[in-house]
Amino acid sequence: MIEAADLRKTYGDVAALAGLTFAVPAGTIFGLLGPNGAGKSTAVKVLTTLARADGGQARVAGFDVTRDAAAVRRSIGVVAQRSGVDVDLTGRENVALQGRLQGLRGRGLRARVDELLHHFGLSDAAGRVARGYSGGMQRRLDIAMGLVHRPQVLFLDEPTTGLDPEVRAAMWTEIARLREAEGLTILLTTHYLEEADQLASNLAIVDRGRVVAEGTPEALKAGLQGDALHVELEPGVALNGNVHAALSHLTGLHEVVLDGRSLRARSADGARAVPAVLAALDAHAIPVASVTVARPSLDDVYLRFAGRSFAAAEATTAPKEEVR
Amino acid sequence: MTAVSDTWALTVRDLLRLLRQPWFIAIVLVQPVIWLLLFGALFERVVDIPGFEGGDYKQYLVPGVLVMTAFFSSGWNGMTTIEDLDRGVTDRFLVTPVGRLPLILGRVGQNLVQVVLQSFVVVAMALAIGVSFDGGVLGVAVLVLIGGLIGTAFAALSNALALVARQEESLIGAVTFLQLPLMFLSTAFMQPALLPGWIATVARYNPVDWAIVAGREAVSAGTDWASVAGRCGLLAAFAAVCLVLATKAFGAYQAQV
Repeated sequence: MIEAADLRKTYGDVAALAGLTFAVPAGTIFGLLGPNGAGKSTAVKVLTTLARADGGQARVAGFDVTRDAAAVRRSIGVVAQRSGVDVDLTGRENVALQGRLQGLRGRGLRARVDELLHHFGLSDAAGRVARGYSGGMQRRLDIAMGLVHRPQVLFLDEPTTGLDPEVRAAMWTEIARLREAEGLTILLTTHYLEEADQLASNLAIVDRGRVVAEGTPEALKAGLQGDALHVELEPGVALNGNVHAALSHLTGLHEVVLDGRSLRARSADGARAVPAVLAALDAHAIPVASVTVARPSLDDVYLRFAGRSFAAAEATTAPKEEVR
Repeated sequence: MTAVSDTWALTVRDLLRLLRQPWFIAIVLVQPVIWLLLFGALFERVVDIPGFEGGDYKQYLVPGVLVMTAFFSSGWNGMTTIEDLDRGVTDRFLVTPVGRLPLILGRVGQNLVQVVLQSFVVVAMALAIGVSFDGGVLGVAVLVLIGGLIGTAFAALSNALALVARQEESLIGAVTFLQLPLMFLSTAFMQPALLPGWIATVARYNPVDWAIVAGREAVSAGTDWASVAGRCGLLAAFAAVCLVLATKAFGAYQAQV
């Protein structure tokens, strides 16, 4: 549904996009994850026809973004990083105007506007000028505007930046629902690791204008050293080297370390390893007090592929694309 | 058809925004009254200068004030565009199927409504202080149309500047820089025969002066319609060029976005 091939764009001597390539299958949420200034917003601007790439190609909903920009614009909904709400208009006027510009008219337009305002909990505020809306309300209005013409593809550029945690959680639920209930293809950019983890079925980690790693969040994390397995054994039972014997035949388990009553190991898929480990220990009559599995975070993934920690990248990258 | 409907929707949007700023409306409508009374009083005795034709300065001044009002207030039309740029509204519109021309025409349409209302205020005020329009209703209508043309041209130009400069300070600087010279390098306040030669020459190429001369001709007795039509044609062509420039300016904006 979205194909970006070798996209390049420079601002002055800053390369915002340096050969960005990725593909988004229809009906999925695809996350572009990276620190501020990594090129995510520039990618969205190119894919939504706002900006033109210096090089490379991109197709959205089957149309070339440069040669067939008009067709792309009819197929996409865009929620930009900065809100696009006209604060001098009411919520209803904002959505209605957006609908008109997208070609809706008359009764169909009114019904759609009502439906969206209701759905996003803005019915009561619909007659009020949007200047008085909270950040969360303006964001919901942005999304309502992006959806008014029932686009095939929705671009969400940092949709939850600056929102309260509860509002963010509600936004996540809504984004997931949009994909499930409306079959939308969603491109989500974010610099929140957990947001990408939670929402995206596939994600690309972007650093300095390039994709440095791509896959499902699970696969990306599984590609690391694996989950950390931590088994606490019941005290007062003689172990006598039984533990290593018990676990030696289990595949996919490595770095097994017994430290007193604490058993630590790593596994590519910790959740799957737990029952096998428990069964093996049980077979050797080793009682278990507790088990925890800690998954490697996307932060670990970023560190591995970008060669620097996420926080460090946030701090050093000049956010040229984010400033006006 | 879509372009017309989009233009209308955008015009309504700008009018709604205007309606929600009652103070702005008040200022916009009072301003021409002040121009008329102020300049009328200030230059009252200009008629005594040997060579000035006609005995009443206010009579001479009205078309100039009407055009000046349209010209001045339209110059600020681009400020809304800068606000839209800052608020991300322009970016939102640019990724919808709406054309670039309707985006400009919507803004210019709102400006046109404003200019026509201001023109009515000028005409009403002029009648109230005893100015007569010898060209009749038709002459007044043509004068208002001319105000609309000059307003459209400079509103479009203001939007072009806004899209290129993208900063309020730059636009304010540019508009202020252009407004007074263009206003005074004209026959708005002084008859052509009394202007210094070089100003008279410059005025001939000044669209603001085309509007003033044509407007004055339209409301005078025994209008030379051919000359009015000629200057209106020039003004329309100038407005068209400004509209094209403003439409192209989106490209300049998008090239750096």
